[in-house]
This record gives sequence, structure tokens and C-alpha cells, in this order.
Amino acid sequence: MANEVCLRNLDQDRPWLLKRYQAAGGYEVLSRILKENTPPDEIIEEVKASGLRGRGGAGFPTGLKWSFIARNAPGQKYVVCNSDEGEPGTFKDRDILRYNPHQLIEGMIIAGYAIGATVGYNYIRGEFWEPYRRFEDALEEARAAGFLGKNLLGSGFDFQLHSHLGAGAYICGEETALLESIEGKKGQPRYKPPFPAHFGLYGRPTIINNTESLASIPVILEKGGSWFKKLGVENSGGSKLFSISGHINNPGVFEIPLGTPFSELLEMAGGMKEGSKMKAVIPGGSSAPVIPGDQMMDLTMDYDAIAKAGSMLGSGAVIVMDDSTCMVKVLERMSYFYHEESCGQCTPCREGTGWLYRVVSRIENGKGRPEDLALLDDMTVKIAGRTICALGDAAAMPVQGMLKHYRDEFEYHIEHKRCMTGG
Amino acid sequence: MGFKNAPMTSAKPVEDKAKLFSSEICSEIDRWIGKFPEQWRQSAVMAALQVVQDDNGGYLTQELMDKVAAYLEMPPVSVYEVATFYSMYELKPVGRHKVCVCTNVSCMINGSDRIVEHMEKKLGIKLGETTGDGRYTLKEVECLGACGGAPMFQIGNKYYENLTTELVDSILEGLE
Repeated sequence: MANEVCLRNLDQDRPWLLKRYQAAGGYEVLSRILKENTPPDEIIEEVKASGLRGRGGAGFPTGLKWSFIARNAPGQKYVVCNSDEGEPGTFKDRDILRYNPHQLIEGMIIAGYAIGATVGYNYIRGEFWEPYRRFEDALEEARAAGFLGKNLLGSGFDFQLHSHLGAGAYICGEETALLESIEGKKGQPRYKPPFPAHFGLYGRPTIINNTESLASIPVILEKGGSWFKKLGVENSGGSKLFSISGHINNPGVFEIPLGTPFSELLEMAGGMKEGSKMKAVIPGGSSAPVIPGDQMMDLTMDYDAIAKAGSMLGSGAVIVMDDSTCMVKVLERMSYFYHEESCGQCTPCREGTGWLYRVVSRIENGKGRPEDLALLDDMTVKIAGRTICALGDAAAMPVQGMLKHYRDEFEYHIEHKRCMTGG
Repeated sequence: MGFKNAPMTSAKPVEDKAKLFSSEICSEIDRWIGKFPEQWRQSAVMAALQVVQDDNGGYLTQELMDKVAAYLEMPPVSVYEVATFYSMYELKPVGRHKVCVCTNVSCMINGSDRIVEHMEKKLGIKLGETTGDGRYTLKEVECLGACGGAPMFQIGNKYYENLTTELVDSILEGLE
């Protein structure tokens, strides 16, 4: 079964309209909660029971995150949605914003109710103009229908929701950098602890979740946490959106149960282009270590299976590469990305990403030295785990993955000053 | 906890803020200010810079950044920090059409190199440059989150996906 949660409305004409969303039962969960005055703890327990894990990439249990908020503490609290989709290879939240914005809005209102927040922000990356406009239009519709504003449906609960636009910075996908960015600053991550649940936006208790996580909430509460959990497998509850791209015939976004064999996902995506042979797969966005193609064909798409294979499910961004691909060139491009996007705050990342890029680049350009691979190994260890946020790790992991599986290609490049794939 | 989080305030608030920009720009910035807590006017800085940049032909000047700072009651240096941190702000003049071409992995393995090479040849400029007639700027950008349509680029607010050299020609020639 596919498209059961965030993309369940894709078969409709203009599914982003409020009337279409409501015709399919949209906002009924919220209305029931407001009418019955459902105890917030019940909602949080249901989300916990669903096994939903953060869909932005870190995979932290969503219900547990919500439970860290001291709901009854006085003062303002916030719900923040992370729509700063930027992990290379990921393009799923864009589809939620474009095709199912009301489900995200409903999820955010419910989140606000559950943690006692009356204001929410959806941080949308600045380049996403079309999704932003779609979301803004949906907000207007929701306000006019009384789902946002004061005293929602006569319940006494207030909730206002605004969108915020980024302006081009991968690091703002990191939750505390995102909060800094809403506060009108450079997007530089904060030290944790304190975590956003205690000290978040404007220093107030805040939950911050990915677009897909929040958009899953109405369906989880409609059909039950255990229904959602059973869609998936042990430790990986539910279904998940996978953005699949690369050398395949039908790239796109597929919502499938966690635990689905990779081979099935590949088939849905039309298989390899022009009968070309698969070489490697990046299973969870460019920060996730690469996995050789034949190993990948035996794996299932869930958190544990991908972790056991030495990589991570991340944001569910699957990049498929055929045997014409030069892994040195791919790594050079990825390393350039992390160098470009390092916020500059921590020395190991700011300097280290530049070193990684320059060394991989000289190997790619025929100027590699025999000692370079050991140098790269050493550098990754000196970056990972030594920085405020995970961007340093994200830069180091792809290097480690490439050197683990394709070391011979790098050695060939260094020795012969050219590529073994002829690319 | 030892953690503090307060808005940055400028030493001397400007008296007549409405005179800093046109009334359209002021009301658009005010709409953004209205989304945030009263003492956090600076939360509108990113939107304000974008609005002002769009109105100025696609780039920011120090004078404009200073005005944004005055309008939002921020120290100018805090506005410069934001304007230099995020990639969508331009601090030098750009062409009428800024072509932001993605060259990250999914686009790269689907031929973005060819697209870039084709445009560089066609327009006679390199990435990061603007044509002499001020019509086009070519800019290399990081993943724009449309990898299913690789290779792709963005011009203005619009994404163009599944690019071929022929398609690029017709898109570029179709622009004013």
C-alpha cells in the first residue's frame, strides 16, 4: 500500500483546497478534539504509541519530544515546523506543502493544543516560493473557516499560525539554527542543552518538528497510533515519504510503509535508466554514507536495516547511481557542499570541511598524493563529534562511507591521475 | 540557566520610520512584523531584506541595509550579518534574470555540468558573472529540493525542471 498518510489525497483534483481536504474528512480530528476537550496527555500518548520518529532525518520519537514540554508552565510556548528542506536529494516536504498543506496546518494546531502553545511558525526555505504561496493560501482558508485564530470552534483554545521564509542556508534545517533564524539572526546552531523544549524560540518552550512528522499527526489520531505503527516494522512505525532521484526512470516522491524492500521502491521508481547497472545508493540524503548497489538490493527501507548496513535512513532521500558514476567526483561535490554550508562557528567544521573539499578535489583533479587517503581518514575523525551541531558529522560521514566501499577508486585516481570509470 | 535571549536594540531609534521606504514597502514589512512578538521586530529582518532587494532590482546596498536596520530598530551590523550569511541576498548588482542552477549530486549525475557549460557558452559568461547588457546572471546554487526533476534551475520565483539544452534555450530566450 502506498500514499496512506501525508499523500493520501494525491488522487484528487487540486487536493490543496480546503473544500477537498474537508470532503475527505480533513479537520474532523481537530474538531473532535476541540469539542470533546480531549486531554492533551491522551494525544501525546497516541503519538508515542504510533512509533512516529522525526522525519527530517534525526529520527527522534515525536511523541517523546512533545512530552518534554512543561505544558502547564506559565508563559508563551511555540510550535515550529521545519520546512527548510535542504538535505541534498530530499524533495518530499515540498510536495506536502504543495499538495496537502491543510493536513500540515491541522497537525500543527493539534500539536499546539497538545503542548499548550497558541502560536506556531512554519519555516519554509526561501527558494520554495510556489510551496510557500500554496501554504499561505491554505492559511487564509483555514483562518476564514475558523480553524485558526481566537477561540477555535468555540472551544476557548486559541491558535495562530504564520509562515516564515528562509533565504538560503542549509544549516537552518538544524533546529536551533532555524530558531535563531526566526529571531532575525545568522543561522548558527545553539549549544544543547538547553534543548528547545526548555529554551526554544524567543527563549520559550518550543517543539520543532519536520513537515512530514506534523502532517502525519491528523491521520495518526484519526486511525489510531497502533494502526500507524503497524504500517511499518519494529522500531520504524508507519509509512514514510521517500524522495528517489538519480539514474532511474521515474524519479519522484513515494510514500511507502517503512520496512518495504529497497528493490520494490526501485521498481516503483521505474528501475534503472536505459537498463544501466546500479553501482551505489545514498539511502538517506547526502549526509548518509553510501551503500554499494548489490548490498542495497537486499535491504529494507527502515531505520534499523539501513543503520545495520552502516548508513542511515535520514530524510528518506535516496540517490541511485549507475556504474558510469565516478565516486571521487560525487564526493568532491558533496564535500564542496558541506564546506559551502558550514556556518563557520566551530573550527573543526569551518576549517575541516574546507580541508576535506580541497583534498578530495585534488584527488579528482589528478593531483592526489599517496598519503591523502590516510589524511582524509584522520580528518573525518577530527571533525565528527567535535562540533556544536551535526553538520561536521554530516560532512565526515560521506567521506568515511566512500573510503570504506570505494577506496580502490580513490587509490586508482591518485596513482593514474584519472578516473577508472572513464567519467 | 545562564542563557539569555533578548532582541538586539539600536542605540538611537529613528523617529519617522515611515519615511525610510515607500508606503508599499513599509506595509509589507509591517505585515511581517505583525507575525512576531512586539519586542521582536528584528524577526522581520529576513523578509524585509528580501522585499527591499526585490524593489532594488535584485540586490542590496549598504544604504538599504542601514535603512532596514533603522526601520527594525536593529544595529546595522546585525543586518549586515544576516545579509552576508544567507545565499539569496545579493550585495552586488545582478542581471534582470538571475539563473540559479543547481549542481549538487542528483543534478550533477543527471547532467547539470552540460547545462552549465551550455549556458556559459551561450551567454558568454562564467558562473557568478552577469552579461554585459545586464540581462542574465548565472549563479551556482546548492540543492533546491527538486531532485526528482534534475537537472533544474530557478529563475525568479520559478523552478524549471528536467532541463535539456534545447529547453534551456527556449526558457532563456522567452525571458524579457
